[in-house]
Amino acid sequence: MNDLASRLRHFINENFLFGTPGDFGDGDSLIEHGIIDSTGVLELIAFLEKEFGVTVSDDELLPENLDSIENLVAFVGRKQAPAHA
Amino acid sequence: MLLESFLEASVRRHADKVALVCGRERVTFAEWESAANRLARGLKALGVRRGDRVAIHLENSIEAAVAVFAVLKAGGTFLMVNPTTKPAKLAFILNDCRARALLLPEKRLGPCAEHLSESPHLAAVVVVSGSAAAREEALVAGKRVVAAETLLADATLADDCPDKEHIDVDLAALVYTSGSTGQPKGVMLTHRNMVAAATSISTYLENRPEDVILSVLPLSFDYGLYQVLMAARFGGTVHLERSFAYPHAIMQRVAAERVTGLPLVPTMLAMLLQMDLTRYDLSNLRYVTNTGAALPVEHIRQLRQRLPHVAVYSMYGLTECKRVAYLPPAEIDARPASVGRAMPNCEVYLVDDAGQRLPAGSTGELVVRGGNVMLGYWERPEETAAALRPGPLPGERVLYSGDLFRTDAEGYLYFVGRKDDIIKSRGEKVSPREVEDVLASHPDVAEAAVLGVRDLVLGQAIHAFVAPATGAAPTAQELLRHCASRLEDFMVPQQIHTSDCLPRTPNGKIDKQALRAAILAPAPCTPPGDPGDVAAAVSAQEIGYGSGW
Repeated sequence: MNDLASRLRHFINENFLFGTPGDFGDGDSLIEHGIIDSTGVLELIAFLEKEFGVTVSDDELLPENLDSIENLVAFVGRKQAPAHA
Repeated sequence: MLLESFLEASVRRHADKVALVCGRERVTFAEWESAANRLARGLKALGVRRGDRVAIHLENSIEAAVAVFAVLKAGGTFLMVNPTTKPAKLAFILNDCRARALLLPEKRLGPCAEHLSESPHLAAVVVVSGSAAAREEALVAGKRVVAAETLLADATLADDCPDKEHIDVDLAALVYTSGSTGQPKGVMLTHRNMVAAATSISTYLENRPEDVILSVLPLSFDYGLYQVLMAARFGGTVHLERSFAYPHAIMQRVAAERVTGLPLVPTMLAMLLQMDLTRYDLSNLRYVTNTGAALPVEHIRQLRQRLPHVAVYSMYGLTECKRVAYLPPAEIDARPASVGRAMPNCEVYLVDDAGQRLPAGSTGELVVRGGNVMLGYWERPEETAAALRPGPLPGERVLYSGDLFRTDAEGYLYFVGRKDDIIKSRGEKVSPREVEDVLASHPDVAEAAVLGVRDLVLGQAIHAFVAPATGAAPTAQELLRHCASRLEDFMVPQQIHTSDCLPRTPNGKIDKQALRAAILAPAPCTPPGDPGDVAAAVSAQEIGYGSGW
């Protein structure tokens, strides 16, 4: 879980903040904090698919799944669960 | 007619109708009017006088829509500043127009405090959505800092509009826009200009009180601002969204709220066309509009095929007169590449380089005549004289758009290109010079050149070419970070190419044609020894859609 969160945070820092560690909490909205925009979301999805082997469908493209580190960790966890079952 | 009378008239007709929706908040016309009246009185109490400039640095919100009308009712001139504008540029704008007051969210107060205390003309800072703001007073030395809640809660403020001294030839708004010089300039719009534009546009869109508009465009973009102004005029409802990052969530909202009007820029339509739109009940959707940049014809065709009941309005305009032309939806299948003809109460014609009018079927610079044409650029007499030149009537001035168009035999307009090198990305204007100046301010950069490259999603993607300073090897990531901390999000380049020296024209200027050719060539410039950074930095553009070329 923590490893997942830190990998996500590392990716966000590197790609959206160009290497500066971002001043945002795990529960903070990435959109409201101006970290991610619409093209950023596409990049984030590509990262999830490549890095964690999950497939993100259109109906899952929601802030509830993707708009904070916490939401992302829970979402990836849910998506990966059947594969590990 | 004063611009704020739009709201005042709608209150008389539809007092209890929902006017604004943002997140879970819903506000009626009567509530909007009353909040604007109280805030207007509060601003006057803070020293705002007729003609004073008041900057609104807020995200799309009920408070921002209230603030617009409050400034007008106080007799002031409002200016919207993009929520992603960085403190140094905010300070430039505040100083350029000598703003008297600023409204901003609490989270922006800390980062901006130092710059604000050095803005000599700024008297008051109103902090919105933060009741703890009063404690922050010490942060902005020498300025009165007050929370909007405190201001509005003042029991001595009346609910009605303060007495008006201003008239319709006074300035209603300044809209800052990128110029080829790199410094943003304020487009001066009178009440009369904005009433004329909003009236023409809502006439051709056939807007009615039953209309429900969903806008994801920022209010700092005039396209977003006019959604609110026009709904105030025709008594409709506007849903204010802050981002198009989650189009699925937006389309669910469009269906659930029975949205009838959806204003888009090409980037958003490109994203919508990636989705299965049959999953949403869009039976109430009456029209979509596009402006900011031309829609690819293929995207128009797909949209028509997938949503045949929806009227598609292809439009064209520029900040200096808001809107110029629209294509009647009935013409879109026959002339998909055209942006139509002049909107109601506006006239256009093409001229050659000598300013001579050209007949239908020609190519030339578009000239705009009408009540919507700006008064000029704020304290920029030379740039004003270049854009506004004598018109047909004595004393009249018409707008030279800087855009080249051709017309067909029936006078329909087709965009050809800009006379200058301004980039249009995500529908917003980007000055290459402004981005070049920021890149060149990095100690490891000797020189930089920036140009726009056609991109199916962005309209134009921003490509930067950088020659490093002697002995330096800046990474693309470092340079992008440098840009991101100084420029608005939409101005940050999508791609950085580094090269030891930039090509020159015979007269010694950077040869942008050669740089453009390098991008189009099968083997584009890659930074020597540093391909990884570039690949990482630009990957966003390749995902899903591929870049334009």
